[in-house]
Amino acid sequence: MPVDMELEAVLRPMQYPMPPYPPKVITLANGKKMVIRQAVREDVPEILKSVHPCLFIERDYYDVVSARLYGELLAWYRHRVKSEYCLMGQVDGYLVGVVNGRLENEKVGMSYHTLAIDRGLRIGSHLFAAKMEYHMEYMNQDSVLIVAESPIGFRRWMIEYPLEVTKIPHELGGGDSYQLTREIYFKAKPRLVVGDRPVPQELMDEAMADIKFADDDTIRERIAGLKGR
Amino acid sequence: MRDVAIIGAGMIPFGRRDEDTLMEMLAYASLKALDDAGLGDKSVDAVYVANMGAGMLQHQSAIASSLVDRLNLLPAAADTVENGPASGASAIKNGLLAVASGYYDYVLVVGGEKMREVTGWRATDFVATMTHPQAEYPYGITLPGMAGMFTRLYMEKHRVTREHLLAVSLKNQEMGTLNPYAHVEMALDREGVFDSPHAIVNNPVSADPLHLYDLCPVSDGAAAIVICPLEMAKKLSKPPVLIAGFGQATDTHTLQERDDPTDLKAVTLAAKQALEMAKLKPSDISVAELHDAFTILEIAESEHVGFFKKGEGGKAAAAGKTRLGGQIPINVSGGLKARGHPVGATGVAQVVDLVWQLRHELPENRQVKNAQTGLTVNFGGFGNNVLSFVLKRVEQ
Repeated sequence: MPVDMELEAVLRPMQYPMPPYPPKVITLANGKKMVIRQAVREDVPEILKSVHPCLFIERDYYDVVSARLYGELLAWYRHRVKSEYCLMGQVDGYLVGVVNGRLENEKVGMSYHTLAIDRGLRIGSHLFAAKMEYHMEYMNQDSVLIVAESPIGFRRWMIEYPLEVTKIPHELGGGDSYQLTREIYFKAKPRLVVGDRPVPQELMDEAMADIKFADDDTIRERIAGLKGR
Repeated sequence: MRDVAIIGAGMIPFGRRDEDTLMEMLAYASLKALDDAGLGDKSVDAVYVANMGAGMLQHQSAIASSLVDRLNLLPAAADTVENGPASGASAIKNGLLAVASGYYDYVLVVGGEKMREVTGWRATDFVATMTHPQAEYPYGITLPGMAGMFTRLYMEKHRVTREHLLAVSLKNQEMGTLNPYAHVEMALDREGVFDSPHAIVNNPVSADPLHLYDLCPVSDGAAAIVICPLEMAKKLSKPPVLIAGFGQATDTHTLQERDDPTDLKAVTLAAKQALEMAKLKPSDISVAELHDAFTILEIAESEHVGFFKKGEGGKAAAAGKTRLGGQIPINVSGGLKARGHPVGATGVAQVVDLVWQLRHELPENRQVKNAQTGLTVNFGGFGNNVLSFVLKRVEQ
């Protein structure tokens, strides 16, 4: 696609500087090691391949969450969002989950979406926790605005942390934002935020090689199949 | 009274069956059992349907009447049996008595539940409706909450440890990976759910001291059997499985009214009745399906039915005595923990799995070698209505 850089200078939003998210590794319930690392813009086309089959899964609101995530990642790829980032979880090199968000300003974060592409392993919980860790501990923000689009999200974020309700609109629309403050985060951290750093080199090498993707049918079966939880 | 045998057994895979209605699940399981029975043109005289929650979850009542028509079994007699999570075994008992008495010859018993139609919260609340409506439910008690308190007491009194609970959890989820009917087909890793600091998120406290993987999942599913007099069963091609004994006992509705809340008297009595009727001892049993809605229950029931002395069940589980190939293999189906617990289906599913064991039809990695006898415990309420069956292989 041809790009007019003169116009791009007008169309592209400014970006707050964001420190890198240092990768970490988590041992899952089945013993597998999940590496959580920051995606770069060039990863987006590949990530979208795993998000795409989720667009057509109605179970547990996967359709709306993945459709919005798809748009947000594409907007990031096309430089149309201010200060967006994306973290991803990989097991054996395979993409198993994606989270994203952005900076509203230097002190307030805006949480976007959490998509677990494999289920029953609390991958979504770990990725959401990593996202909050990034906002609070690496970007040193005061608060993150959050909404849930599924009952599972509501249980995991609003209740488990627990978040406080605000009257502040969230840019995803819907209900008023809930808010993670530094106080809530550091109180919840011992029971919700885990991971080891540095990631052993062999695991990091595997994650940084070409991202592997399960095929569409496998993804649909994992999320919406008979054994889904 | 006539001896009664199981001549057909069928089950559908448990899990999230979003595409199926409750009636479809019951029908699929029934057809499998009827096919397995090989009755040919013969129909059944009666149908007993075990179900706990269709009235609340599906807003549907009289499901036995609906099923008998769906299966084109008219004009067979049809009854729905509700006894909480022990509905399945209660339905079998009703069918058994009807055949034993000589009133009916061929009876279909099917149990099923569709619990994933609602959120986990609603499902938990639905199950909690069996607690005492004045003394327990209004105060927010749930079955996991009750099990947590029971576990704490049991740990203190009988020295059960988290290691013992973990042994049950690891074993049953491992067996679930070998059972195509199991809802949960994921083996757990000790490091991931216990040893690692990451386990605090992977396996969080659900109802202290119980953790996530100490609880069974919420599942959809159905299972069915066909029974008839043993003498008629002997003429059929598959080896019949004799219902050699059964027992049922009740206890106080609330736990706090019991002299010792850790003493599951109804389990002891039901199993004792079943074993005495079968003229067997606990040590004669080849394989058992116990009601492990919570890991503590497998340990407690293994002691109360007499497989182990009080205080020894947890140690036995940790020592591998309840694994396939161990002293008494327990829940080699994966149990409720891995197969799942669609409440109305569970009591029937336990019997179906034992029928397959006693016919020696299971794959080697799940078959108890030369299994001759099996015992079930189907646990209603929190041990306030318990049924037990003893099954025996009949050589033809």
